[in-house]
Amino acid sequence: MSNKVIHALYDDDDVLLSAVKILRSEKHHIEEVYTPFPVHGLDKALGLEETRLAIMAFIYGCIGLCIATLMMNYIMIEDWPQNIGGKPSFSYLENMPAFVPIMFEMTVFFAAHLMVITFYMRSKLWPFKKAENPNPLTTDDKFLVEIELHDNEKELEKLLKKSGAIDVSIIEKPE
Amino acid sequence: MEKQMMYTFPNKLRNLAITLMVAGFLGLTYGFLNAPSTLEESKSMVSANHGDGHSKPGSRDYGTISDHQTDSQHDTKEIVHDSESTHSDSKTHQGVSHDLNHDEHVFHQLSNKPWAAFYVAAFFFFMISLGVLAFYAIQRAAQAGWSPVLFRVMEGITAYLLPGGIIIIIILALSGMHLNHLFIWMDPEVVAHDKLIAGKTGYLNVPFFMLRAVFFLSGWSLYRYFSRKFSLAQDSADDISNHKKNFRISAAFLVFFIVTESVMSWDWIMSIDPHWFSTLFGWYVFASMVVSGVTTIALITIYLKSKGFLEFVNDSHIHDLGKFMFGFSVFWTYLWFSQFMLIWYSNIPEEVTYFMTRIEDYNLPFFGMLVMNFIFPLLILMNSDYKRINYFIVMAGIVILLGHYIDVYNMIMPSAVGDQWYIGTAEIGGFLFFLGLFIFIVFKELTKSPLLAKGDPYIGESKRFHY
Repeated sequence: MSNKVIHALYDDDDVLLSAVKILRSEKHHIEEVYTPFPVHGLDKALGLEETRLAIMAFIYGCIGLCIATLMMNYIMIEDWPQNIGGKPSFSYLENMPAFVPIMFEMTVFFAAHLMVITFYMRSKLWPFKKAENPNPLTTDDKFLVEIELHDNEKELEKLLKKSGAIDVSIIEKPE
Repeated sequence: MEKQMMYTFPNKLRNLAITLMVAGFLGLTYGFLNAPSTLEESKSMVSANHGDGHSKPGSRDYGTISDHQTDSQHDTKEIVHDSESTHSDSKTHQGVSHDLNHDEHVFHQLSNKPWAAFYVAAFFFFMISLGVLAFYAIQRAAQAGWSPVLFRVMEGITAYLLPGGIIIIIILALSGMHLNHLFIWMDPEVVAHDKLIAGKTGYLNVPFFMLRAVFFLSGWSLYRYFSRKFSLAQDSADDISNHKKNFRISAAFLVFFIVTESVMSWDWIMSIDPHWFSTLFGWYVFASMVVSGVTTIALITIYLKSKGFLEFVNDSHIHDLGKFMFGFSVFWTYLWFSQFMLIWYSNIPEEVTYFMTRIEDYNLPFFGMLVMNFIFPLLILMNSDYKRINYFIVMAGIVILLGHYIDVYNMIMPSAVGDQWYIGTAEIGGFLFFLGLFIFIVFKELTKSPLLAKGDPYIGESKRFHY
């Protein structure tokens, strides 16, 4: 099977958004959209699945909270009991107000860092990775829509031009 | 030209408001009539209550702790008192004179109780409208694009500011005339025997106190009057001069507000316990105020929408109100904890009594409030989708409002009635009475103008607002 795709270039995010809506209503399969900045509402227009990153952030936060609790309990209560604020009760719960800032910070730390790492992994981004971006203009001020071709070049090209694309080109992707 | 639907006060709601007021009034009357008027009545009430109330194992420990605190302060009629002294063992080590002193002390607390219940409810509903006024001024000063569709709802809620404030000033004036003992520093007898309060009389004296109260309320009411006036004038104006005026007075008001709100919280709440002080108390009360205010905006908006009004408000607006409810709940917790942790850590006797009385005598409301004001909204409103579902906003909103009522209760009651608290007819009556009055005044105001501030230059942006 030939691996032909069509690239349509846009120079305005509003035009891009309406073009995406037209393309999807005409039942064309959009492979990917490259934009220089996050376009508001594009994820919904493309019908992308909702991100599950928020759920992971919550779980990571809970892990951070647990680790902070276990860590402080070991350090301050079990291993080397400390007299906190003149209250040497040797009980984690009774001294908890002193530990709350650490519990909070560790929750935020775990949620933030693990969330970023998860995001990079899900987006298949890692150090020294070669950019997949097909057109460097999309890192500046242009927007690119990539659509799979099924022997309908003419029809699609017309539709794309009509939707406001400033440039349409057909690309043969190496297998 | 757009169709402007005027809101009419539904008879059902009006009747509900009136019923609430009548029921509340009866509850309050019963509470006031039931308060002891003599020392003897008070003693018989206490002995009737003590049968079950003080047989809990925890209360014994408290007795021994507070003995130390109160010995030095007993002549000042401090609110912290020995809850065990009516039991037989107190006579053995403290003598008969203490017992008499104690009975008189409890008598004052019990006669304070209906007044304090009335005051807590009065302040709570006043606080909602003041919080909304501050939120409204922030929207105006920030020239926010999302909120103009909610301006009329906010203006409706702030209509309660003046009547609610006048009721509070009347209560304060009655305290000043010694009709109740809410503010012990107003009692010359107490001041004469208390060096700490005597040192504060330059600030804590009745004429200056009343002058401040009237000054604050006039300032806030003036802003409310003019911003409402400009807002209505903007509806039919050809230019945006009214909008600009509103922007200017809102910015000025915010400066005035943050100073006066802070002083108000010291005067009206912190001075009930004149020995104790906290430097972030003003912020803490502000957080309570603004979260209750935003919650009320959300609840009234959802109510009006469910009745077919406010068709221009979409679920993105509700989502944003939900974010504010969530954010300010966390902000409130942050301030609550900042105040608590510093005092707990340093453990200075004159500061820490505040939390000791609350944790020991008010354990359930004190920790229950944390669950209602922090943990519940945190978990319910964390999910982005839930903030767009009215059911969740209403459920979280009701819990937040009740939680902040308990917050005000915890601020005022322990200082006013000590451990002689229970949720009785005066508390419930006070709450219902002011709830009815609040609904009545707010919805009455909503009928007076179109529900859309159509002349606002940002109204288009606000209608199209989409998250």
